[in-house]
Amino acid sequence: MKKQSTILLETLTCPSCLQKINNTVKNLDGVDAQSVNILFNASKVKLAYDASKIEIDGIEKAIQSIGYGVIKSATKTI
Amino acid sequence: MNIIVNNMSKIIYKLKNKIMFISLIWIFVGFTSKYAFDNMDVFNFSLMIASVIGVLPILLQTYQALRVKVVSIDLLVTIAVIGAFIIQAYEESAIVTFLFLFGAYLEARTLNKTRSAIKALTDLSPVTAIKQMPDGAFLEVLVEAVNVGDIVLIKTGEAIPVDGIVVSGEAFINEASITGESMPVHKQKGATVFAGTIAENGTIQVETLKVGEDTTFGKIIELVETAQDSKSETEKFIDGFAKWYTPAVLMLAFIVSLFTKDIPLSITILVLGCPGALVIGVPVSNVAGIGNGAKLGVLIKGSEIIQKFSQTDTIVFDKTGTLTIGHPIVTEAHYYKDDEDLINSYVASIEKESDHVLAKAILNYIGDMNTFKVEQTDVIKGQGIKATVNDLEILIGNQAFIFDNDIKIDMPIIDKISELEQSGHSIVVAAINQNLVSLYAIKDAIRKEVKKDIERIHKMGVKNFILLSGDNQGSVDLVAKSLGIKHAYGRMLPEDKAKYIEKLKQDGHIVTFVGDGINDSPSITSADIGIAMGGGTDVAIETSDVVLMSNDLKQLPHALGLAKAIKYNMIQNILIAVGVVILLLTTLIFGRYLNLGLTMSVGMLVHELSILVVILNAMRLLKFKIKSKSFLNKSK
Repeated sequence: MKKQSTILLETLTCPSCLQKINNTVKNLDGVDAQSVNILFNASKVKLAYDASKIEIDGIEKAIQSIGYGVIKSATKTI
Repeated sequence: MNIIVNNMSKIIYKLKNKIMFISLIWIFVGFTSKYAFDNMDVFNFSLMIASVIGVLPILLQTYQALRVKVVSIDLLVTIAVIGAFIIQAYEESAIVTFLFLFGAYLEARTLNKTRSAIKALTDLSPVTAIKQMPDGAFLEVLVEAVNVGDIVLIKTGEAIPVDGIVVSGEAFINEASITGESMPVHKQKGATVFAGTIAENGTIQVETLKVGEDTTFGKIIELVETAQDSKSETEKFIDGFAKWYTPAVLMLAFIVSLFTKDIPLSITILVLGCPGALVIGVPVSNVAGIGNGAKLGVLIKGSEIIQKFSQTDTIVFDKTGTLTIGHPIVTEAHYYKDDEDLINSYVASIEKESDHVLAKAILNYIGDMNTFKVEQTDVIKGQGIKATVNDLEILIGNQAFIFDNDIKIDMPIIDKISELEQSGHSIVVAAINQNLVSLYAIKDAIRKEVKKDIERIHKMGVKNFILLSGDNQGSVDLVAKSLGIKHAYGRMLPEDKAKYIEKLKQDGHIVTFVGDGINDSPSITSADIGIAMGGGTDVAIETSDVVLMSNDLKQLPHALGLAKAIKYNMIQNILIAVGVVILLLTTLIFGRYLNLGLTMSVGMLVHELSILVVILNAMRLLKFKIKSKSFLNKSK
C-alpha cells in the first residue's frame, strides 16, 4: 500500500539542511526516492512510501535523529 | 552510540542560543582580562573555553552531515576552528565560532521575516471548526475532523474552515485571502464561500464541499509554497556549483597547507571559502518577492516565470471579461408601441427561459415583472427565439432574425440600429404579431482604470499591446481605440488566438497573454507567460503562470513591476555575493604585500555580514509597490 505524507518541520534556516534531510529520507527503505520534495521556505517534506516497509513514525524519527524537529504530518493513502 | 549522540544533539540544539551567549561571555571575560588587567593567562583560558563550547553545535552538525555524506559549511568551520586551536590562536578560534553561531542566528531571524508574507496567509487557515454532530448539536472540533458533506457553523469574526455552500443565515465576508479585495461581500443561502475567508459580520451555516488541501485556499498556499522553492536554471547551476564548491575549498586549503606549511593561511582559506551569500542570495529574493505578490493577490508561479515575465515586450489581451467587465448591460431601450410594461412582461417571460448573456442583460434591465406562460418555444441559434404567449406570436432576436421573418422596420429605426452598432452595442429587437415593439441596445463596459494600467505597463517597457477577441470587429475596434491599443483582431476562435501568439513568439517576441481564465486555456498555454485573472476558479489557478486573484486588471502593473524588481534584486544579490568573495580573496592574496593581514575572524565577519546584507536586500521586496506618483507626474 502506497502512502503520501507531508511533514511540517520546525523552521529550516540553512540550505545545507536540505541536503542532509534529502539524503537521510531518500535512503530509508520503502521511501520512493523520486518523490522526495523538500520545501525549504515552507519547511515541509513531501514524500511517498510503501506503507508495508516503513511507517510515518519511522520517517519522522529519521528526520529528528539528524537534528530537525517535526511539528506535524498529514498522510493519505494513494 | 547513535542514541547518545541523538539525545545529546537534541539538548545542544535546544541550547544553541544559550551556547552562543555563554561563548560571548567568555570572550568578553577574556578581552577584559587582557586589556584591563593585562592578564594573558586568563585571556587564553577564557577564549579556549569559548572555543570549545562554541564549536560543539557546529561539530555536531558536521558529524550529522557527514553521516549522510554531505560536506557542509560546518565542516569547513570545524576544521578551521580546530586548526586555530592547535596552533594556539585561541582568539581566532573563539571569535570565529561565535560569529558563525551568531550569523546563523541572525540568518534564521531575518529569513523568517522574508517568509512572513506567506506565513501571514497560512495563519489565516482556521485550526478548529464548529461542526454539526449527528444529534444536531454543534461542537467545536479540529478542522481535520470535518468531512465533505458536514455542516459547519461560522459566527462573526471567525474564519471559514472549508469551501462550501451557505445553507442558512447571511454574513458579510472578507475574501481578501482569495481575491486580494478587502471590501466585504454579502453572502446568503446558496452562495459559495471559501476556506480562509472571514465572516466579518453575521452567522452562517455552510455545507462542506471541499476540505484541507483541496480547497481553493489550500491550493493557493500549496502553489505559493512550491513557487517560493522553485528554481530557475541559473539557480540550479549555482546549487550544483555549491555542492562541489565546499569540497573544492577543503581540497584547496589542504593543498596550500601541504605546500606552504602555512597553517594560518590554510585555515583562513577554509573560512573565506564558505559559500553562504551565494547560495542564499537568489532564493531569498524569490521568497520575499513571491510573498509580496501573494499578500496582494498576485500569484507568480516560480523563479523561471519571474525571469521571463520581467523581459516581456508584448502583451496580448482577451477582450470580454478581461478588458471589459464581462457583464453586458442594457444602455438604452426604445419602445415603438404603447404599454411598455406589457411589452416588457412578454419579453421577460421568454428571456427568462434563456441562458444567453444578452437575455440576462435584458432581464436585469427589465427587473421583476409578472410573467406569462410560454408555449411553442423555438430557439434559432445565433439569431433569436420565437415563442407564443397569450396566443401572440413573439420574436426576440438580432436584426438578421427580424429581417428573415419579414418584419417591417422603418428607416429611422434602421438608422438608429446602425448608429448604435457603430458605437459598440449589440442590438436585440422584439416583435409581436409581426409588429416591431421594442429595441434594446446592450454594451459591455470597459473596466475602469484599464487605460491607465496599460499606460503604466507601457512605461515599464512593454512595447506591443494586442487585442484578440471572438467578438465582432466593430466592438473590438471600439475597445481598442478607446484604450489606445493599435492592433486588434475580432472573430477569433480560441485556436486562432493561440496560433497568433505562436507567430508572435516566432518573430522573437516574449509574449504575455492576459485572459479571464474562461475559454482561453490554449492562449494561456501557448504564450510565454499565461496570466489568468479572477482567482477562485481552479482552472485559472492551475493552467496559468501568473494568477491575478481579484477579478480586474489593476494588479497587472504591480505583477510586472514586481517581477522586474525581483529580478533586479536577484542580480544585486549575486553581485554582492560574488563581489565579497573576490574582495576577500584579493585581500588574502595581495594583502600580505600591503601588510593588511586578513585574519580568519575578519573573514568570518565579512562573510556573515554579506549574508545579512543579501537577506536585508531581499526584504525590501516585501514592501515593494509601484510608484504611482512618478507615473502621474510623467503623464502630465
